[in-house]
Amino acid sequence: MKKRSLVPIVYILFLMLPIYFLVSMSFKTTNEILAGFSLFPKTFTLASYKTIFTDPTWYWGYINSILYVTLNTVLSVAVALPAAYAFSRYRFLGDKQLFFWLLTNRMAPAAVFALPFFQLYQSIGLFDTPLGVALSHTLFNVPLAVWILEGFMRGIPKELDETAYVDGYSFPRFFTRIFLPNIKAGVGVAAFFCFMFSWVEMLLAKTLTAVDAKPIAAVMTRTASSAGYELGLLAAAGTLTIIPGAIVIWFVRNYIARGFAMGRV
Amino acid sequence: MARITLEKLRHSYFPAPSGPDDYALKGLDVTWRDGGAYALLGPSGCGKSTLLNIISGLLTPSEGRILFDETDVTTLPPDRRNIAQVFQFPVIYDTMTVRQNLAFPLKNRGVDEATIARRVGAIAEMLEVTDMLDTRAAGLSPDNKQKISMGRGLVRDDVNVVMFDEPLTVIDPHLKWKLRSKLKELHQRVKATMIYVTHDQTEALTFADEVVVMQDGEVVQIGTPVELFERPQHIFVGHFIGSPGMNVLPCEARGDRALFQGHDVALEGAVTGAGGTTMLGIRPEYVSIGSTGIPAQVVKVADVGRHYVIDAMVGDTRIKVVAEENAPDKGAAVHLAFRPEQTRVYRDGWIATEPRTTGAQV
Amino acid sequence: MRTENQRAWLFVLPVLALVAFNALMPMMTVVNYSVQETFGDNRFFWQGLDWFEQILRSDRFHAALGRQFLFTAIILLIEVPLGIAVALSMPRKGIWVPVCLVLMALPMLIPWNVVGSMWNIFTLPKVGMLGYFMNDVLGIRYDMTQDPLAAWITVVVMDVWHWTSLVVLLCYAGLVSIPDAYYQAAKIDGASAWSVFRYIQLPKMKTVLTIAVLLRFMDSFNIYTEPFVLTGGGPGNSTTLLSIDLVKIALGQFDLGPAAAMSLIYFAITLLVSWVFYVVMTKDDQG
Repeated sequence: MKKRSLVPIVYILFLMLPIYFLVSMSFKTTNEILAGFSLFPKTFTLASYKTIFTDPTWYWGYINSILYVTLNTVLSVAVALPAAYAFSRYRFLGDKQLFFWLLTNRMAPAAVFALPFFQLYQSIGLFDTPLGVALSHTLFNVPLAVWILEGFMRGIPKELDETAYVDGYSFPRFFTRIFLPNIKAGVGVAAFFCFMFSWVEMLLAKTLTAVDAKPIAAVMTRTASSAGYELGLLAAAGTLTIIPGAIVIWFVRNYIARGFAMGRV
Repeated sequence: MARITLEKLRHSYFPAPSGPDDYALKGLDVTWRDGGAYALLGPSGCGKSTLLNIISGLLTPSEGRILFDETDVTTLPPDRRNIAQVFQFPVIYDTMTVRQNLAFPLKNRGVDEATIARRVGAIAEMLEVTDMLDTRAAGLSPDNKQKISMGRGLVRDDVNVVMFDEPLTVIDPHLKWKLRSKLKELHQRVKATMIYVTHDQTEALTFADEVVVMQDGEVVQIGTPVELFERPQHIFVGHFIGSPGMNVLPCEARGDRALFQGHDVALEGAVTGAGGTTMLGIRPEYVSIGSTGIPAQVVKVADVGRHYVIDAMVGDTRIKVVAEENAPDKGAAVHLAFRPEQTRVYRDGWIATEPRTTGAQV
Repeated sequence: MRTENQRAWLFVLPVLALVAFNALMPMMTVVNYSVQETFGDNRFFWQGLDWFEQILRSDRFHAALGRQFLFTAIILLIEVPLGIAVALSMPRKGIWVPVCLVLMALPMLIPWNVVGSMWNIFTLPKVGMLGYFMNDVLGIRYDMTQDPLAAWITVVVMDVWHWTSLVVLLCYAGLVSIPDAYYQAAKIDGASAWSVFRYIQLPKMKTVLTIAVLLRFMDSFNIYTEPFVLTGGGPGNSTTLLSIDLVKIALGQFDLGPAAAMSLIYFAITLLVSWVFYVVMTKDDQG
């Protein structure tokens, strides 16, 4: 038992080292960082965090990111729910082809879409808006959400639907009152993945924003280049980008293990 | 093959059990004859699965010993006990063929190829799965999968005991009896000690020579199906076995007779002990409707096919009666007679009348 | 049946509209560019399949494609077995399970350019933890801005750090869905630890493992941000993977025609390889 638990412990240590390094760096002054590596901050400072929370370009980056990620998650799951229901319950003309075509969009390299997206969103006036980024991220998140939700819905016996109709439920009422609570875990897992991939994606988010809707991670690049090597600030901003992910994953921790297995190929 | 002895077996899932309630098994002393067919019967949570896992070695008991013949196996791991177990849900190795599945336990023990082929062939024939030997086990129907699980248990000819943990749970009703009689037939052919765990009285009573009835981690009665039916040692057994179960009626014990709702009732023998709560136990099959006896009113008559089940009220107490024919109408005033040799007093749940030394013990 | 048909299409409509808007229109732009030549003044000339031919014959493309396949192969070969091993040795129940899961998922939830930057600083000689440890403690010369091999190793280690947990989580989900009875039966059948893995755990993990390999293939094949921020494709072109090269051509040199043609070829290769993976990994299911 002891020997076996060594593997995950070593693995987690490996994962935590760079993160620890980043967090400890965020409490150092840039001068201390550049002076050479040390395991703990010698002069503990919150200056970097103070800068971020007082400078609008910094904290707006943060707000922008959360804004478009939330928009995207809601949008993706909302449109994916009825579609996944259709795929799991009905046979219709071209259903398989459609499903596969949806999935191919998950395979598209984001780099391929960077330039055409820039032109498309500029022409419809969504360039540099959180909605624009949220919409562009549905490209890969909607197929994924449909895929995950379909797997969960297939696990719910069709008799549930039929019983509800016999009991006199209308479709919308059945869907929201009976069906959704039954696939709660699936919605949780799908939302988690949408959040995750939208939060971490940067190529499209950066291409589609200039000033107003700039995500936090993009603000960081600007700082890195314009203000020289502001490493402390960079580390603090980086640390702050880890927090929302950590919160979200803590909420879905009980779904992860069970949830993944149910969303099948 | 072996005789199985359980000595003062207690088990708790808590590291430091503080009272009897912390024990899943509260002290068992049982001996099972070599080559017998036994059933462990009881409601869910009565400890029968715990007991099974202790015998198979998946659990080590907190106290007590398990002996296979004279050997103490209490601390031996499952693979060194030479036992076989069939689970509630069929366990098959999906990627293997039926043949490979059946050969697996032998292969793991380094049995030579010729013996493996012979044993697998024999078992497949017994189970009537010879024609599917080379198909992938994953594609089989649940009942065939369960057959293969059984086959893996029976393929070794040196097993001490084969255990079945509610093996018919996922089988279609019309296939259940088929598989059950197959099991019975297998038992007669391989002569291994078999223990069958179930909460279904029909399965237990049809399979076993002797049934162990358990409740709350305790054995309440061990006996042949007939004994369990004829003379339940505890009102739980009376309730649990038989359909409908035994009538349990409040009464007062008076010497060798009982007073029920002001009526004097004859018993099978003298009442033993004193104090506690006394109850009168009589099976619906031994209550008859006639012109004399305890006056009652019929409140419900159900035709269940071969006979009628009649509910009658004596005062505020409901009595179930099984009648072969001539069922009275609902609302009719009738008289009930209890057959004395089947009428007993239970004190705090346990039987409290002496058995008849002469007369009708079946 | 017919009413079901119509209703089903209505349900799919929102998804269809959204994805069509996001995928079809840009894709048409790409196709449009790929067969024309422009000098940046909004005048276009029909070019036919010349760009495709040019890309398919270009050494630069071959080199980037080769690096891309090498990278994907290496990380799959490391991440899949490592992920399985970690998943197998994780506790199945208890308070440590959620802690392990959350900690393991953490790297996946960090924005990709932050991942790139933090690894960049992490590996800096003197300043970074890894750089300091290698150069000053172990005395091994390690500077990935100079040494292509060091750069490659760093990119691979970063990806292993970033994504192995996805394989772990998926495999773990497959493992916990195996009923206890299977392990008990195997014990009684006298199966060795290897047999348990080979005949119970691996078959039960197959579905999730297929998902894991497919996702890891697609994402590693399309990787851009992390290696770009970490090494910028260098030193030289040594870590210029396909996406990095594509963005260089499209946004850096503004060669829209070749970039568009390359995009289509790139996409086609991703689709083709994903399909091959899928077919190979699920071929046992029939029969």
